[in-house]
This record gives sequence, structure tokens and C-alpha cells, in this order.
Amino acid sequence: MNKVRVLMLRAPGTNRDVDTQIAFEEVGAEVESALVTELVRKDKSLADYHILMIPGGFTYGDDISAGKIMANEIRLRLGEDIKKFVADGRLVMGICNGFQALVKTGILPGIAGQSAQPVTLTNNDSGKFECRWVYLKVNEKSPCVFTRGIRGIYAPIAHGEGKLVAGPGMAEKLNIALQYVDEKGKTGAGYPHNPNGSIKDIAGICDATGRIFGMMPHPEDFIRWTQHPRWTLEKPREDLLGLQIFTNAVAWAKGI
Amino acid sequence: MYRIEVSIKEGFADPRSEGLQKDILDLGINAVKQARVSSIYSLEGKLNEKELITICRELLTDPIVEEFSYEESPVPKGARLVEVAYNPGVMDPVEESVKKGIRDLGISTVSAVRTAKKYLLWGDISDDILKSICDKLLVNSVVQHIVADKEAVSLPSASYKFKLEKIDIAAMDDDALMELSKGRFWLNIHEMRIIQDYFKKLGRQPTDVELETLAQTWSEHCCHKTFKARITLGNKVIDNLMKSTVMKVTQELNKPWCLSVFKDNAGVIDFDGRYAVNFKVETHNHPSAVEPYGGAATGIGGVIRDAMGTGLGAKPILNTDVFCFGLPDMPHADLPKGVLHPRRIFKGVRAGVADYGNRMGIPTSNGSIFFDERYVGNPLVYCGTVGIMPASMSQKGRQRPGDLVVLVGGKTGRDGIHGVTFASGELDKQSETLSSNSVQIGNPIVEKKALDAILQARGLGLYVRIHDVGGGGLSSAVGEVGEETGVKVNLETVPLKYSGLSYMEIWISESQERMLLAVPPENIDRFLAICKNEDADAVVIGEFTDNRRLQLFYEGNLVCDMDMAFLHNGLPQLEREAVWEQPKYPEPAFKMPSDLTEDLKKILGSWNVCSKEWVIRQYDHEVQGTSVLKPLVGKTNDGPGDAAVIRPLADSIKGLIVSNGINPKYGDIDPYWMAASAIDEAVRQVIAVGGDLEEVALLDNFCWGNPEKPDRLGALVRAAQACYDIAMVYGTPFISGKDSLYNEYETGKETICIPPTLLISAMGVMDDIDKAVTMDCKQDGDLIYIVGATYNELGGSHYYSIHGHVGNSVPKVNPEKGKQLMNALSAATKKGLVKACHDLSEGGIGVAAAEMAFAGGLGMTIDLKNAPLGEAIERDDYILFSESNSRFLVEIAPEDKKAFEKAMAGTACAEVGRVTKDKKMVVKGRNSKAVLTASIDELKEAWQKPLRW
Repeated sequence: MNKVRVLMLRAPGTNRDVDTQIAFEEVGAEVESALVTELVRKDKSLADYHILMIPGGFTYGDDISAGKIMANEIRLRLGEDIKKFVADGRLVMGICNGFQALVKTGILPGIAGQSAQPVTLTNNDSGKFECRWVYLKVNEKSPCVFTRGIRGIYAPIAHGEGKLVAGPGMAEKLNIALQYVDEKGKTGAGYPHNPNGSIKDIAGICDATGRIFGMMPHPEDFIRWTQHPRWTLEKPREDLLGLQIFTNAVAWAKGI
Repeated sequence: MYRIEVSIKEGFADPRSEGLQKDILDLGINAVKQARVSSIYSLEGKLNEKELITICRELLTDPIVEEFSYEESPVPKGARLVEVAYNPGVMDPVEESVKKGIRDLGISTVSAVRTAKKYLLWGDISDDILKSICDKLLVNSVVQHIVADKEAVSLPSASYKFKLEKIDIAAMDDDALMELSKGRFWLNIHEMRIIQDYFKKLGRQPTDVELETLAQTWSEHCCHKTFKARITLGNKVIDNLMKSTVMKVTQELNKPWCLSVFKDNAGVIDFDGRYAVNFKVETHNHPSAVEPYGGAATGIGGVIRDAMGTGLGAKPILNTDVFCFGLPDMPHADLPKGVLHPRRIFKGVRAGVADYGNRMGIPTSNGSIFFDERYVGNPLVYCGTVGIMPASMSQKGRQRPGDLVVLVGGKTGRDGIHGVTFASGELDKQSETLSSNSVQIGNPIVEKKALDAILQARGLGLYVRIHDVGGGGLSSAVGEVGEETGVKVNLETVPLKYSGLSYMEIWISESQERMLLAVPPENIDRFLAICKNEDADAVVIGEFTDNRRLQLFYEGNLVCDMDMAFLHNGLPQLEREAVWEQPKYPEPAFKMPSDLTEDLKKILGSWNVCSKEWVIRQYDHEVQGTSVLKPLVGKTNDGPGDAAVIRPLADSIKGLIVSNGINPKYGDIDPYWMAASAIDEAVRQVIAVGGDLEEVALLDNFCWGNPEKPDRLGALVRAAQACYDIAMVYGTPFISGKDSLYNEYETGKETICIPPTLLISAMGVMDDIDKAVTMDCKQDGDLIYIVGATYNELGGSHYYSIHGHVGNSVPKVNPEKGKQLMNALSAATKKGLVKACHDLSEGGIGVAAAEMAFAGGLGMTIDLKNAPLGEAIERDDYILFSESNSRFLVEIAPEDKKAFEKAMAGTACAEVGRVTKDKKMVVKGRNSKAVLTASIDELKEAWQKPLRW
């Protein structure tokens, strides 16, 4: 079959698009990049792609709050297109700033009958931007197609606003896909294992279909062993790589 | 006008307010019981209530954790209120974003936005305490003020009416010429006289913009007149220090992999035949002294543009930052007048550099911080960027007459006017007020947009030349690019941030985030379309000519018409006097302590040695996915790595190593050996991580005091001489460099001169990243070797320093021996024999052993009687803490003992200890009795504690 086509959606200040493109290409996908404005002008059409990817960065400088301005741009000008894209059975993924944007558009968690934004990603409890590696546990009960069959991932975070906070009564309704754990795989390990103070140690969530997914850590920055902070010390392990997420996405999209 | 306040809802975490409370406590002020920070947005325009609510709800407020109010709220009972806003004309990037966000909501009636911070403080807070909090923490009067009353949202729209300013210098005597120069042009009397003669010969008066252009082009900052001067030192005459030292190394070594050196914005070397890499390190010291956040942010922003503006344009792939500050624990009472506290400078500089680099998406993989009380009024902020480009684009471009001058990126305002001449003079207590418009706040997203557009246009070959707009603004950039052809610019076409700028201000403004390109007319439409798509401003401001003149117009009026030859070659070579006298310090005479544990802990916990994790983690060192050896390494990802290694290309296992060497303490004794040590340190870090001497390029960055003072200049000459002597033997050419002189601070009573400071940055190419080595101990039972001889060299050492001494026995470098040993060690590493390697520097064997042990979570024993010595040393403490150069501590598996010893044959290398399981560091003296026994946890705690902020 033809290659899986990924649209890398950018706005001014997107900066992990290249890392994410390399990860997708590594698992055989074809990636094209477009600014939100190019889709609005219909220079490019979402319908031509299998996966919509919103990568990390500091869109519009993260002014006001992280991902907020890009979220409004998407919500107000691409909202209908994305609804249709998802209804057609395609995949949407946001990493870091892309996750923040998906949450602030309300596309994630996509709780039925909920029009207002039910959760948010806000300032880390530490009050600081931090770059550190975290262990992630996959929730095996989650419908998420991106994390299927994966047990755990090790990946860096690099954010200042990654703390997931839910509105009243919403925490229970979330489809948790990834949680911060300690090196033994235990939740509730506290800082710095949970680097930002997210409720329930949440690092990633998906919608009810499992096809819209967002996470704060950067699986695209762990696609080969020499990116591991202790690769000079430990034995290589494929089953920790962030690359697995991209393998899953592309495998699933092949079936579209 | 509408005023909207956004704050955190009751019951949700508010780290910003908590952080403020902690910062106030750090000032030693206990009076504040509670603090609350909120954001204020003032909007100008006409809005109905529904629109106002839409803006608040859908744009400015997070619906879960924040709440808003657009009605004036009274100051809560018992609270003190302070509201802080940027001064008019200071660019606040948030304002543009808010305006865009409002337009996205379909509301087009908001014409201007201003933001402010509101602080509410509860407690028993007197006026004095409140003032102290404002002065020391909340307000930097250079860029901010306390909002007293309702303020206008937008700047009053100033108009500018063209009037040509001419200056009658023909009749001026020397006093009048110097009066004109002082505080504005910073040119000396000889230079002023040459300018006077030039215009006398032309038979006309110069315009203000012509004099400004000459002052910018001839400034120390732009043309490095000291380094090119004719210097007399004793009976020796040095004609052009730069050409006879650092550049001479490069010329004589003549390495084929040096692709473009000392002629472009950054030096370029070959990477793998297909790609080339460039490297530049800059300083932004004076702006960072008066406004640390903005000064440092624009420092990194500027050097990123250097990488972007090299050859036909490079993609920035790595940042490195080295800072020198006063002591963070300096009592406020001891602070010279007009100076910000070192801790505040440190925090502001760190934040400025991190915010800019992180937003640009460039990993900050390497850096260093050096503390000394003499940096109190004049901190040093070195920022460096590595870029990558196709090898075919490594050469500086060339424009043809008729090509268009295109300005891409930021708009032009009054920011940074006279920044270059500001950098070429000393600071004093009035600097803060005098220099306020020399300081700018950066906007990294504007630079990112320009970068994205430029890289696309580069791929399509749409432009033929690129140059950054930095110090000196357009005057310097246009003047330099236009030198070979001639150029004319229509100044009224330059996009402005606000109205009212004169032609002269437009020409010399140092507004950030601007790049200058030469675009052939046939490509201009496609070029502008790419910029438009990326939302990067791009405007044609003029064209290149063939008359070798610099011609500026404003609304059709000729305001500048000068010969490029006079502008670039009219400056006469300076004549300078230098003296050098070796300082003598009292030799220490203290008894060796019977136990060295406390001394080691003291050194580990000193500002210069302690963990910098607090800083490092706030930089993104993972973006771009290229990291191989990160700045923090080891069992729990928190040990101090030696050099950074990245893998720039996804399809190649070739690596790039970046390191730095700096130690101003040695310069107090002898700048020659300081420079030699800095080179040795930078190079040995490259070797420590698995590199070799095959392809290592160096950068020199001299930060010095006033070179018009002969002793400062004498020290400079000695340091430059060492650069030649050492780099020549190591075979490591210099590819670029920079100097920042006049780093002195006038308190009114005395002049504080920074210690002469030379930063050496190194960049090495490595064939296979799989061969990289980290510094953490890997396995108990492994053997520990010292490679390199230890001498009785504790002059300027940390060990002497904690005992209150400087001493005279400064560490020297024997480059022949160093080279032999480094080559042997590189070969051993390539064979896979080296499991861990750490370079020995500040704190010598003691510090390196402790760091290797606790980074690996293992113990270590060291037997000092086996340490290879270069001369007799009668004291265990001296062996343990000597800072001799060209030394490494290496971990080897027992089964590789023979192979390693064979590889190192003929060098000073000996087995001195073992890695142990018991998490204890034990050092045995020459009589085999333990002189130090400590748990690694205790040592690590001493090392981590000081900067756990």
C-alpha cells in the first residue's frame, strides 16, 4: 500500500517538528509540514493525510499561556475540518506544546456532551521549565491506539507548563494513556518522577476512540539507544524507546 | 481603555506567587507573610461587554485554574499593592501575541495592548521594606517602572519631520572635537582629527548619520582596534596582536578542514564532506549588567544570528553559555552603588538565555559558570552557537550590483541605540540611567520565523548573501555587506515599531531579530512569498550599486554619501603601550590538615565547583534529538559531564564535541599560563569524552579591562602569546574569536576591573559516537588510573583559595607531553578500553575522583603514593588538590589492564585505585594511611547543596 501520510502542523514558534518528522520517517511514514494558516487558506488539505501531528515548541512564544493562541487558531478556523478528519477514522496526536494546544481547543479529552474545556495544562508545581528524563507507564486498559502493546517508555520532558489539572468531576472521566512512574514502575512517586505535579501522575490522555492522543514527554527524542542518558552504562533495550509510539501510529494508519 | 486582571483561582497551586515569596525571603526580608501575583492586560479600543468577556474568557484566562476581572478591584485589607509595567518604548513581545489572539476571535477594534504585573503583599510591610523589595526584586528601572496612576496604553503617536542635521566640525579645536566625541562616539582625538580632515578635503560638513556610521564602524566592538594595534611591550614591538598570535596558528597549521576562518560571522570547518559546521561565541556583558534578562536574551539571540548569517546561512544546532558573576552570597550592604546584586544578575541572565534558546528550539548542551567578587559590577555573559550547513554553502556569498537589499525579521525601534559604543566604554554608577536605551528585550519567536523562512529560501537558492544585523545596527551590517560593491538604502522603507524615528535613529538602531540579505531582483517575489507564509516581515530597503559608496536616502534626500574605502580603511592603526610585571603573592605556609575530608567538601561546595544542575535543567538540552553525551550524566542523571557530544545528522554516526576552558584565577598570577590552561582544559575535555586531536578547532574570547591602561594590555599580550604557543603544538587552529575590552566598573571611589578572562571554546569532530565515554564510574572492581603527571602547582588553586591564599606556582602546560599523552589516550578509547574518563581541573584528583564516584553511585579508593609525579611533592594534600594540566582520571576493566598499559606506554600513567561497591571514597596518603574517608552521599550533598535554589 501507499505510505502513511503525516501532516506536521506548525505555527510560528513550533520547534520539535524536525525531531518528530525524523521519528515518523524512521518507521516508514511520509511527512509534510504546514502552517495552520496554509490549511486555513486551503493551500493544503487535511483530507490528504492519515495522521495529524502537532509537535512541540513555543507557538507564539507561549504568550498568555502555553499553546493558547495556536489552540484558538485551530479551534476557530480548523475546528470543523478536524472534526471531519477524526470522524473519518484518522489519527491526531499532540506532543508537549501540541498536547497543550489540543487540550486548550477542547479536542482532548473530547468528553461527550462537554462543550467547555474540561481540563488544562498549567504551570509546573516547581514553577520552572525543566528538562529531565521520566519513566512512563502505559495504561493497558486505555483505548489509545498509540500506546497499544507498549509496557513503558523512558523519555525526556522539556516544559514549564505540563501539570494536568481537571475541572470539577472531570478527573474520573479521563482516558489516561500514560502516567509518570518511578524506575520500578510505581505511580505516586512524587517529584521529580512526576515532574510537574499532574493529577493522578497523568503524562498523556486520549479521547474515547483512542485515536486522538496527547502527551507531555517527548518520545521523538528517544528513537535510538544513544539518546538514553545512560547508554554508556546500561544494556540497550528496544522496549523503552519512544519510537514505539510512532510505530503503533503508522501501523494503525495503514489500516485506514 | 479596558483593564483586565487575571489571577489564579482560590484553591489552585500558584507557583508564581510562591516563587515570589521565596525570592523575598532570599533577600533576608521576613515581613511578607503572603504574596500574590496577577497579570494585567490593558486594551485600547472600542469593545462592547460581550466582546470584552469573550476576550477574557476565550483568550486571556485559563478556564480551569484562572479567573478574571475587568472591574477595578480595591486593594485588599492589610495588603500592599505594587504594579509594574515596561517603560514606554520597551518592546514587550506579549503585546503582539495578545493583539493577534484578539484578531483571531474576530474582534478588530483593539488598537493597542499593554501588559503589567500586579503584586499584592501581605504582612507587616513598612514603606522602606516595600521599597527594598521593589528595588531589589520587582522593578528594574532601566526597563520598568511602578505604575502610579492610570497610564495610556499606546505610545503617543509621535511624528518625525525630516530635517538634515549637519555638524560643523571644520572649525573645531581638539577640545571641541573631544567634547563632541565623548559619551556619543567614543572615538579618540586622532580618529576625530582624521574625520575632520576627510570632510575638510571634501569641502563640506558631515551629517550626523555620517559621523555615527564612522563611530560605529571604527568602534572597538566592531573593528577590534586594540588587537590590530601596534603595541610596544618593553623593547618588543608587536604589529597586530591578532595576526601575530591566534590567526598565525591557523595560517601556519593550514588545516584543509578549515573552510572559512576569520572572515565571516563565524568560523567554519568541514564536518563530513557533505556538511560543514560553524561556531561563534559572543559576549553581551554591559547590557547584562544593567538589565540581566534582556541583556542576556539578546546576547544569545545575537550569536544565533551569527550562525544563521555565516556562509549562505546555517541552521543553529547547539548553544553553549559561559557566565562570570560576582559571589551570589555577597551581602547587600557591600554592593557598590548602581549595581544589581550578583544573585539577581545570575537569575536574570539564566532566565534570559534559557527563554531565548528554548524558544528557538536549540539545545543548550554545554556551559560553565565562574564566580569571582570582581565581576560584581561587570558580569560576563558569553553565548555561543554552532550551526550546520551544506559544505557547498560554507563560503560567504557575493552580491552583484542591482541585487536588492532585503531586511528580514524584527521591526526597528529605538532599542539599543549606541549599544556598540556603550560596549566600548567603561561602566559607572550612572550607566544604568545613561544606557537605558542601549538595552533591549528579545523576541525569539520573531527570530524563529525569520530562521524558518531563510532556511527554506536557502534551499531554493533565492538569495546570494546573508549577514546578521547586530551591534551597530544597519550602519554596521549594510556598511560591511556593501563594501565590495557600494550600496544605497532608502531609510524610510525600514519597517518601524512606532513612528517618530529620525533617519539617524533608524540607521543605528540595534533592534533585535533582523537579518540582511542580498536577493537578485528575479527572485524577489518568490523570496517575499516564503517570508510572508512564515509570517516573517521582509522588506526591500535598497539595492547594491557599483560605485563603492555608502549612500543613504530619507524620502529622497541624500543624508549620507561616503567612500567605502574611507569607512573601512580610513582608521589608522592604533599605537599602544603595554607593560608587564609578574605579580608576587605570599607563598602559603600552613600545615597539612591530618584529615582532608572537610577540605574536599569545602572545594566541592565552592561556587565554582558545585553542581550547576539548577541551571542546566532549565535549558532544553534534548530538543532536535541530537544529544549523545548530555551535560548531566551518570547513574541518576546528575553527574557533571566533561564535554557535550551531539549527533547532528540522523543518517550519520559522526559526532560533534563541544567544550570550554576558563580559569581566571590563574590569570591573577600569569595570564600566559591562564591562556595555556584554558586551551589545555578545552582540549582535554574533548579527549575525555572520546575525541582526538585530529580535527579540533578553537575559539578565543578575551574579556579584559581597559586596554588603554598599559598593565591590562601587557596581560593581554601575554595571554595571546600563549594561544599561539600552545595551540600550535596541539595542532588546534583558531577559527573565530572575539574580544570585549573596557570591562571595568567605576564606583566613584575606585575602579573595579574584572580579572583578565579568556574563554577558550573547542569543537571537535568524532568519527563514531558509539565510542563516546562518560565520566561516571561504571562497575565495582574496575581499576582507576591517573594519566598525566602531577606537579607542585597549586597557585590559583581551589585548595589554596579555601585556605586564603593565591600562591605563585600556577599550573603550566607542556604541550609536547600533553599531546603525546592525549594521542595515546584517544587511541585507547577508540579500542574500547576506557570505561569512564574525567578530566582533572579545579580541585585536582580529589574533586575528579569524588565526582566520578558519586556520579556512578559507587565508591573509590585512591593511593596517592602511586600517583605519577612530575617532580617531588612532599605533601599528600598538594598531590590530591594540585591543578596541574593535561591529566585525566580513567576507569579500566581489570581484564583490559595490560592492553591499556601498553596503549599508554611512554606516558605518565599509573594505576592508583579501584572502584568499590561500598559507596565510600578513601584516599590513602604516601605512607598508606587514609587521609580522607567519606561516604559518596555526603560528598554529593556538599556538591549539590549550594545551588539547590
